Amino acid sequence: MNDIIKGKWIGKPLDRVDGPLKVSGAATYAAEHDIDAAIGFIVEATIAKGTIASIETANAEAAKGVIAVLTYENAPKMAPWGDGADDRFEQSHGVLVDGTIRHYGQPVALVIAETLEQARHAASLVAVTYDEQAPALGVDRADSELAEGLDGGFEPTNRRGDFDRAWAESDLTVDLNYTTPHMIPAAMEPHSAIAEWDGERLTVRNSLQVIASGVACLANTFGIDEENIRVLSPYIGGGFGSKLGQHYDTILAAAGAKKLNRPVKVVQTRRNLFHAGPHRARIEQRIRLGATRDGTLKAVNFETWSTQAIGYFYTEGPMASAASAYRCDALHWTGKTRQANETLNDSMRAPGEALGGVTFEAAIDELAEKVGMDPLEFRLKNEPTEDPASGKPFATRDLVECMKRGADEFGWADRPKEPRSRREGRKLIGYGMASAIRGNMMQEGSCRIDLSAGGHLTVKMDMTDIGTGTYTILTQIAAEALGLHPDDITVDLADSDNPATAGSGGSFGAGTSGSALWNACIALREKLARAGGFNIDPDEIDFDEGTMQAGDRAVALADVLKDSDGFSAEGSIKPGEEHEDYVQNSYGAHFCEVAVDMDSCEIEVRRFVSVFSAGRILNRKTAHSQCLGGLVWGIGGAIREELWMDERTGGYVNRDLAEYHVAVNRDVPKCDIIFLENPDPKSNPIGTKGIGELALCGAGGAVVNAIYNATGKRVYDLPVTLDKLL
Amino acid sequence: MKPIEYIRPDSADAALDAIRAENAKFIGGGTNLLDLMKLEVETPDALVDVHRLDMGGFSDTDGNGLRIGAEVTNTTLANNSRVRKDYRVLSEALLSGATVQLRNRATTGGNFLQRTRCYYFMDTTRPCNKREPGSGCAALNGPSRIHAILGTSAHCIATHPSDMAVAMAALDAKIHTRKADGASRTVAATELHRLPGDTPQIDTVLEDGELIEAVTLPAPLGGTHLYRKVRDRSSYAFALVSAAIVLRIADGKIETTRLALGGVAHKPWRAEKAEARLAGQAPTEENFQAAAEAELADARAEGSHAFKIELAKRTIVAALREAADRENAA
Repeated sequence: MNDIIKGKWIGKPLDRVDGPLKVSGAATYAAEHDIDAAIGFIVEATIAKGTIASIETANAEAAKGVIAVLTYENAPKMAPWGDGADDRFEQSHGVLVDGTIRHYGQPVALVIAETLEQARHAASLVAVTYDEQAPALGVDRADSELAEGLDGGFEPTNRRGDFDRAWAESDLTVDLNYTTPHMIPAAMEPHSAIAEWDGERLTVRNSLQVIASGVACLANTFGIDEENIRVLSPYIGGGFGSKLGQHYDTILAAAGAKKLNRPVKVVQTRRNLFHAGPHRARIEQRIRLGATRDGTLKAVNFETWSTQAIGYFYTEGPMASAASAYRCDALHWTGKTRQANETLNDSMRAPGEALGGVTFEAAIDELAEKVGMDPLEFRLKNEPTEDPASGKPFATRDLVECMKRGADEFGWADRPKEPRSRREGRKLIGYGMASAIRGNMMQEGSCRIDLSAGGHLTVKMDMTDIGTGTYTILTQIAAEALGLHPDDITVDLADSDNPATAGSGGSFGAGTSGSALWNACIALREKLARAGGFNIDPDEIDFDEGTMQAGDRAVALADVLKDSDGFSAEGSIKPGEEHEDYVQNSYGAHFCEVAVDMDSCEIEVRRFVSVFSAGRILNRKTAHSQCLGGLVWGIGGAIREELWMDERTGGYVNRDLAEYHVAVNRDVPKCDIIFLENPDPKSNPIGTKGIGELALCGAGGAVVNAIYNATGKRVYDLPVTLDKLL
Repeated sequence: MKPIEYIRPDSADAALDAIRAENAKFIGGGTNLLDLMKLEVETPDALVDVHRLDMGGFSDTDGNGLRIGAEVTNTTLANNSRVRKDYRVLSEALLSGATVQLRNRATTGGNFLQRTRCYYFMDTTRPCNKREPGSGCAALNGPSRIHAILGTSAHCIATHPSDMAVAMAALDAKIHTRKADGASRTVAATELHRLPGDTPQIDTVLEDGELIEAVTLPAPLGGTHLYRKVRDRSSYAFALVSAAIVLRIADGKIETTRLALGGVAHKPWRAEKAEARLAGQAPTEENFQAAAEAELADARAEGSHAFKIELAKRTIVAALREAADRENAA
């Protein structure tokens, strides 16, 4: 266990160090750099499958201000989509390569003009005709194959135990079919990029969660060396998975800039992103659960059918929620998919558990009711001693603590025991709960730190801050390790010239980049201790307030630094054996109360109590904010958000934020968020676990279970909109 | 968005003169028109901004009613002390719509003239008889949710999205206009919008270049005012169904009912059948239910918005019940 961390800075609810820049508009987001760029506007395909028969650009080219119209006939050479790498974030994302249309909304032209207004108008003058083919759209169970793998590193099948036998031995069973809808992350900042070329050298300023793989993607797309590419994403207005890889904004900006030999900016419009940005796929799920009369969970079988975008191998696995949840005799799952002419189906916050946290937790609720047990008691009774999916030991496990604490704080004992049994006027009141489990991942990362002779520390890595607070927590980690004040620390992120990390995604960002930084700080402590004349283990030295102290010997850092050229150190991290030998998860429990109007069936989420265990908390304010955001997503996913595909075209119809309903302020009640701060010695050197997605996992499950408790109706086709309760 | 000429006249006369330009449109707050122009659903060649016209703000009318200048913003209208006291249903309707930022910008005249939110109307790549007469209606066989159940035609199932206009219909507001030739006229709020029929491209009875100058509300009706809006999220969502109600009960009998529905038709839907069914009746659940059934007897919906027929009945009953409870408690 890490004894150096005393909590002077780590854990403190420090305000965001970049907060003043953000609220004053001085933080430069991708589209805001003061670069004299021409403006590109995307022309979208209006079919889902086929080829371009003709593309007429003369009217657009003649329009005022237009500099060029790029189509597949004249665009700079790019490798075909998917070339160059197996990894979907590194493969070529070439566009305007040929006349083939894979999905509705695919860019067929980029109109580049002096102003946005000119480009947008001229884009409407591009006339395209198509040889249309019948697209493959939607889930088709009969036409599906086993996925290559499921997101989160899960195999497409799991066959632990004898399901048929466990099912046969079950006294009580449920066999349920759920569907979860197409969704879109809708980050506040749309995908945007400014690209410029200097000979063979490409510089891109965009909004990207993972820098290193984004560089590889550009290299594969344009056939240039990675050394000739610089990507900068210092401020990112939300990612939620939709900015893990390079998308059309960046590729088209780079293509346009190459064509013009002038910087080009492309900001995808909100409506464009609904068609040409990454989505969560609609998934059909069949969940079979069996238990004996005493409430022992025997059998779990979780099957899913989804779709993949053409040439983009990604399958979300909601069964992740069953993998580590409850003990059982047999745990089987099967994840199937098929290639379809849909927009990019990709990671969206908490892929897997965001969905399984609703459906699996609802199925457990239904089984508990059949058994005749309180759903909390049922979960407590089936607490596993080893990982149900793999049989491996857990690194840590405090799900029970989360549930018990949450039940106390919420007042679960007062729950309406029977569905539809509590009324307040014309409102039906219900309570619901669910577990939160999210795999804790680690990736590789490295970091360089430089302490100047003047005592100012600069932290360099290509890690990103997608609004989560990375600048702040890294500042706190360095301050804690080196005894510096946060004001004496500058964190320099999201520059591909900096040491590489895995960026932000999968909730691994803080643990990975924070550990790389921690290890760099440990190396620097050694150098400083030596320079200060200490001959003892540097871990025995207390670094605080700019002084190194051990016993009665104290040396000011300023004295060591003043005649030096400064000190530098590097640090890195990669997943160790603990991530192979143990199953690592973050845990939590949600409790919520809903009120459902008896007339209109409008649902109001009235209160939430959620308890989370995510190892050491680096900053109680940003951690709280992340979890609050997760609950907002959980509420939105359970009762609000759904993209409607028009199967006549393959496009989505409700493509603005007026008709695609993310949860708004008024949808979100007061949420009590409680952390069990149990540092995890097996997760990483600083004892943290993933937190960015945890709160979303199961939040929607608590909501739908509460809706059942209120109304007596279970809805299997999510989201639970009011029409399904009429 | 195609290039436009922007004209900002100082007087109504100058505005009526300017609107004669080829393919010109008035612009108020622009909260809907500008969005549609960016999508090239609306493609005017000229915009005539009415912000500098003095349309008079608020004043009391001779008959103890209230005159509202067309330039008054939704925020100002909702918070006006007389509106809050005497025409509360209008205040509630306004505050249930859009967001603070939009209400600060949107005007009284412009709110009436906002266009449908039908997904297919807003997407120039899809057929829409309202946007492109004769091209067809993509909503008839596609995903639908915000679509109409009353007064539809085979050519269009779009709804009018306003909340304000629903309350105005319930209150029997009158709209005062000047035509392009300068002639004044008055149109009832219930008659401003039309049903789609076979000309869904025509939203209202206003002529080209006709300027809304003011709205007048008749003398206060008293009674209980209530706006019940049912929607897919609790804020910043258009009504699936809404009901504007003014109810007065005397001696256990319904003396006055004003009921208009939003979200159900191509226009704010004054529920005359329900009003007639309730006249002089006791305010009972049975009578409310009968009134709702009467009003929705002719409702039709084939698509995924069919649930709105049941939802409309429930909303009417719930709103009447709540209004009656409040009225009885008063």
